[in-house]
Parts: sequence; C-alpha cells; structure tokens
Amino acid sequence: MSNLINVYQQRPAAAHAESPLFHAGLEQLAGKGSARAGVTVREKKLLGHLTLRGDAKDPAFAGGVHKALGLELPVALTLVAAGDTSLQWLAPDEWLLIVPSGSEFAVEQKLREALEGQHISIVNVSGGQTLLELTGPKVREVLMKSTSYDVHPSNFPAGKAVGTHFAKSQLVIRHTAEDTWELLIRRSFSDYFWLWLQDASAEFGLAIKA
Amino acid sequence: MLHIFCPHCGELRSEEEFHAKGQAHIPRPLDPTACTDAEWGEYLFFRDNPRGIHHELWVHSAGCRKYFNATRHTVTYEILETYKIGEKPSVTAAGTAEKKASDQGVTA
Ligand SMILES: [Zn+2]
Repeated sequence: MSNLINVYQQRPAAAHAESPLFHAGLEQLAGKGSARAGVTVREKKLLGHLTLRGDAKDPAFAGGVHKALGLELPVALTLVAAGDTSLQWLAPDEWLLIVPSGSEFAVEQKLREALEGQHISIVNVSGGQTLLELTGPKVREVLMKSTSYDVHPSNFPAGKAVGTHFAKSQLVIRHTAEDTWELLIRRSFSDYFWLWLQDASAEFGLAIKA
Repeated sequence: MLHIFCPHCGELRSEEEFHAKGQAHIPRPLDPTACTDAEWGEYLFFRDNPRGIHHELWVHSAGCRKYFNATRHTVTYEILETYKIGEKPSVTAAGTAEKKASDQGVTA
C-alpha cells in the first residue's frame, strides 16, 4: 500500500544540485580538448535514476511497468529506450530506469499506481550514481584497455548492457549506438573513473562535451 | 583465468567477477530454538571438505550480484556445472561413482 511508503520529491526545484563530477569542471573543459578526438566524454548528469524490483515472471508486474512507462521489461543483459527514458536489466528481479532530470518523482508515483498491491520496490538512487557517455571511433579501444569483458560487436552489440570489472573497480557498460557507449558509475568512484578515462584516452585524443 | 557460466546472466564471465561463498545446500534449521548446541554448532560452523566433487555457493558480485550454485572438482578446479538456487545438481559424487562402477563392469 503506497500510503505506507515514504515517497517524496527528492529534488526540490529550489535546491542546488551538484553532479558527482562537479569538481572536475567539465563545462570549463568543453571544447578545449583534442581537435581530432578519438574519444569524446560527456557526463549525462543529474538524471533521475530509479531502481525497480519485482517478479519478471508475473504478467501483472510486466503489464504494470508497460502501462506506466510504455516500455517492455528488457530481458537479461539488455536495455530498451524511448526518447530520454531507458530501462535496463540489472538482475533477474531488478531493473534500472533512467528518466529526464526532474521527472523522477512523477514517474515513481505513476509506477507505484500501476503496480499497486504488488510485491515490488522502487528506490530513487539518483544521488548515488551518474552516467558518462563516451562517443567516437576509439571508444572501444579504451574499453578494451579497461575491462576483461569482450566488447567486440559480435559479443557486445548495441542494446546490450553488462555489469563488470573496469580498471580496478566495477561499473555497468551500456552500448547504446554503434560508436556510443555509456558508463554507469557510482558517485564515490566517479573521480577515479574520470582520472582513469583521461589517462586511457590520452593516446587517442580526448575531448569533453558539456 | 577461468570462465564461469552465470545462470542468471546466461553467459560465460571472467572468474574475477565472482566470489566463492562456501558450501551449498545447507538448510537453516526450521526451529533454531529447538536445536541442541551440537546441532546448531554443526549448522553454523561445520563444513565438508571433500577431495573431488563439491557443491558450492558462488555470487556474481561484479555482474548481476546474484547467488547461484556451482559443482566444482576440488582437485582439478574444474567447474562441472552451475545452476540456480533451488535447483538440484546434475553432477554428484554418488552419480560419478555409479558411472565409474558401471564403466568398469561392476554391478551392485
Ligand atoms: Zn550474473
């Protein structure tokens, strides 16, 4: 029963929000990198991240999710997207929903309404992680330097997303389009990954997009 | 490096993405307060240490973060199968002994 769950607006309009990479000053670095960059990094910052859990085998759950989001529950190791909203499989009973900044409260309420009475969980984890978008012809080479997971297109086509080791830590790699990849990173590791990516991309030329 | 098949992700992954979590198939006593100290101690602390086939709990900690079971040979380190929690192993020490006996023409 949703009236027993404390659902509230976690990002009030008046509050000042800082992304996990706020200190890196990516806006100031934009446009100053390599002119022929093999890798371009952009932080897709301050989006709404919701962790959704439920029973994938229950048609009422899948139906409720579809009713609220217009998206089918993705199967193992995949993600589906419509516009700026994406839904990604994280585990057999867990998905990550990413929605445009500011809409997470309304989306959560809509989901709770559609899944009313079911054994589910929705947690707003927006403050705990961020997305880094990597584009360019050399992104795959940077990934190959960073993870033991096979990122060849035959094993990692667009639409696939995996949690794995990366550098000396862990993250989720999402392949969203041919030369576009996303890294889902935890807030406390964002600085480490940012330093790692600068180092790993140096030989290919790195540019920053605001 | 070993490749281990995660039954949840449905593909082979690097060993470094996993952690071993000890012996599998240990049921918690249904009524802990009715256990003797010996029974509770057995449940809590005592584990098998076989030479050969062993059923173990593993977790895909860097991937889907879910637990599953693995049948592993403790001498060769060969992982003979992985299966979800709640499922029964298809490779067992008893089954392997039976097969060996029948291969050698021994009947029970
Ligand atoms: Zn897995």
